[in-house]
Parts: sequence; structure tokens; C-alpha cells
Amino acid sequence: MRTLVPLFALFIAGGVLAQESKVQLRDGPGKDKAMQCVACHSVDYIQMNSRFMDKAGWTASINKMIKAFGAPIPESDVEPIAAYLAQNYGKPPGN
Amino acid sequence: MKPGDNRPRSEARRRLLAGAAGAGALAALDPMRVLAAPVGSMAELGFAELPDGALAEQVLYALPGKVPLIKKTFRPPNFETPVEYFRTAITPNDAFFVRYHLAGIPEVSATAWVLTVGGESAERELKFTLPQLRKELKPAEVTAVCQCSGSRRGLFEPHVPGVEWGVGAMGNAVWRGVRLRDVLAKAGIKGGAVEVVFDGADHGAIDKTPDFVKSLPVEVALDENTLIAFEMNGKPLPHWNGFPARLVVPGWTGTYWVKQLKTVRVVSKPEANFWMSAAYRLPRGRFKTPSFKSQVATANEPITTMVVNSLITSLKAGQQIPRGAPIEVRGIAWDGGSGIARVEVSTDLGASWQEARLGKDLGRFSFREFALSVPTKEAGAKVVMARAISRSGEMQVEQLIHNPAGYHHNVIQRLYVEIV
Repeated sequence: MRTLVPLFALFIAGGVLAQESKVQLRDGPGKDKAMQCVACHSVDYIQMNSRFMDKAGWTASINKMIKAFGAPIPESDVEPIAAYLAQNYGKPPGN
Repeated sequence: MKPGDNRPRSEARRRLLAGAAGAGALAALDPMRVLAAPVGSMAELGFAELPDGALAEQVLYALPGKVPLIKKTFRPPNFETPVEYFRTAITPNDAFFVRYHLAGIPEVSATAWVLTVGGESAERELKFTLPQLRKELKPAEVTAVCQCSGSRRGLFEPHVPGVEWGVGAMGNAVWRGVRLRDVLAKAGIKGGAVEVVFDGADHGAIDKTPDFVKSLPVEVALDENTLIAFEMNGKPLPHWNGFPARLVVPGWTGTYWVKQLKTVRVVSKPEANFWMSAAYRLPRGRFKTPSFKSQVATANEPITTMVVNSLITSLKAGQQIPRGAPIEVRGIAWDGGSGIARVEVSTDLGASWQEARLGKDLGRFSFREFALSVPTKEAGAKVVMARAISRSGEMQVEQLIHNPAGYHHNVIQRLYVEIV
């Protein structure tokens, strides 16, 4: 997490940052890997896009972050992050 | 406040009051019920509801210099204007929505700001300070709607990923600055110019993220209504809306209205960066909006102008109206620049339509207010609908025209009220 500090420094509005820190991801396997997302955006993007995507949908979103936006997420983390997001923020079973 | 936080208190209050009033009257009178309601519910306006995660996460939050707006995301900041600010045709600066793609948003000082105008299809490169633009060019003003391409994306069924906007990723303001064409005339345009490319001061959190750069067809850049604006409703632009200068492209969706404008380049080839070639695209031919010819691809093409739309701002779903009192239907209507011809209202599920009275005409790019008072005789539920028709003959749609990125939602609103 230490490497993220200069990235946070780019964000000028401190009060907003304090608010952002109150937005928490659900606990569960893979949460640590999903926390890489905060390098570029607040995690409310994840809650906002729930619950209507299945694992394939979340995989497509992660791959867009890597390929289109240059997110430095290792290829080997894509599956565990997608599994975490599908489990905690995915389309409820049967819907 | 998260929805549900107040529920125990609200339930207790409801039980307390239940002995004194019927459940129906209570719904209208109990202020705690209002406080406990989720922020920015779209079902409350008679639309399909936002994704449940979006509705649960959003709160009212005031950015510096802004009134509390509906927070969609903190970083990059995406904040929606609550519906009550659309009860007048002009949207206040401090309530105007905020939309950013990239988290690096510098504070740009008006005195340090310099606009660079050039590119391979310009005769010369020029630099302008704010006082130079004000002094050397004629002022220009236009009243125009700025609406995010994805406004109402959250109402899509089935839902599509993106910022899950409700109805308020839009606003209408009086924009004042100089004409872009006067600036381009100073630089000179060579034959063979195809597009004009715009870059603002914002940037990604990491270097690899594509910078937000947009282009317009040369003829749109040269339109007399396309401005570089410094003022909004008679005041400097708010920081969150592009201070000190932004592009204003009346009729075209907000994606082209580049904030904190830094460079303008006249070019001979289509701009190919991610924000033009991949983002903000519609399936080719699905909508009747004008084509951005130099950017059309095999399967898709860029979004261009807004589709005709309206919003009822005077009613909430489930609202109770005493029998004999009229249903006051008021709201705003707008389109991509032909202007609003008429707004029609139905209270019988679309079997018959009555023309509403239009408010003052603030120009063809502006919100246009409408109002109709519908008498009530019998008790029962009524569905109120409003549909806008543009001067070019375009009418709002009954069924959503679905598209993967969630643009151009202009489905007719259906809001039920109870006559009691």
C-alpha cells in the first residue's frame, strides 16, 4: 500500500478523501487483491455497479481497467478479483 | 446517511402515529418517512429503479462550493443534481452536476491559464491568456443544456455498467465567453482540416491511463454557438464545472464540453485516442441523431446530439391529491437543438393527450418549462405521463432503445398518483 501514497496526493480535496475512506468493501476472500482498484478510483464504483453483473461481466470490467486504462493489475489477479466481486457484488443467484 | 439507518426510528414513529391517522394520510404527513427514503430514488419519479447497490451507496454530499448533490462516486468525482433544482429552467451553479473520468483535477488559476491553439491544419500556433481572449474577441452568450451522454443510465433494463446516473446528470445555464470560430479564425484553418481536438487540464491517476481528449467535426467547431466559456449564469465557472474556461457545444452531449480547456488543435486525421475511438459510441444507425462522419466505424459511431426528452418535476410517485383538486403537472423539456415544439400530458395511460402550456422560450438549446393543470373528479389511481416533441418532429419513445453503454434514455415517464 505504501506505493499508493503519491497517487493519493494527486487528489486535491482532502475533505472528499476523508469521506471516501468511509466507503468500505465487504470482507471476503480476494478483498486484498480487489483493493488494488483504489490506485485509480474510489471503491464506490464497485457498489454502484451492483448487483447485476455475473463473474463474466466483472471479468470484462477488470480487463477493461487493465487494457483500456492501464491498471497495473497482474494477470494472475484477474480471476481472484472477479471471483470476489461476483461473490460480494454479483448478480444474486436465480436472477 | 445510508438508507435504512433511520428505519427503527421511523417504524416506531409510524406505530406511534398509526392510532391517530390512517396509513394513507400518514404516508403523506410523516416527515421521518421522507428522511428514511433512499436518496435519489428513480422509482419515486415513476421510472425503473437504479441498481440496488447504487441506490444503497449514494448519499447527499456537498463538494467545496456546491450544495449537497447526489454522490455517485467520490474519486473521480461524479455528483448528480437532485430533481428539485429542475423546477426552474436555469440550473444554479452550485447545484450543477459534476462529472469527471480522471481523478487528477488540478486547481487552475485564472491568471496562469493559457490556451494554446494550433495543430497541423492550423496556419499558426497562438497562445491566449484570459484577458487577451476577453479583449481581442467579441463576447458571445448562449443558454444551453449540458447533459452527460449517460444521464439516466441507471434506469436501463437490463442494467449496464458505468456511472449509474439517475435523471440529474444534466443542467441548463447561460454560458458566456467567446466563439470558438473567432479563436480558430485568428489561428487560420488550412484546407484538409477534418477535426478540431480539445484537451483539458485533468489527467489520470497513473500515466498509462489515456488522457481525456475529445474532438469535434470542423463544421461543429465553427458553428456560431460553439463557445469557449468563462462564465456560467453571470459568474465565473465553478471549479468542478471547468474553471477558468470550458468548451460549450450546444445540442451535443456533455462529453464534448471539455473542462479546464488547455489546448485546441486543428487536425487533418480523425482523432484516434480511447475516448474517441472506443468510448462514447452507439451501435451504428440505432438512433436518428446526426453522424460524426470522420469517426464512423463498421459497427459503431460516436454519440453526437441529445435526443428529445422531458422531466416531470412537480409530482412524486404515490403522491396523494385530494379529489376535486387538480393534478399540477409541471416540468422541463429539451432536445438536441431544434427546440421544443410541444409537450403533451396524459392521465389515462396514453389513450388521450393534452397539450401543456410552454414557459418562456430561452432559446432552442435551453430547457423549456411546461405546465398543465388536470382536474380530478373521482378517487382512484392515475398514471401521469408527459412526452416532448421537438421542432424537428422527434418524440420521446415508449420503449427503451437499449445500447451497451447506456446512452440516450428518453423513455416517457409514467408516474402514478392517488386521487383520494
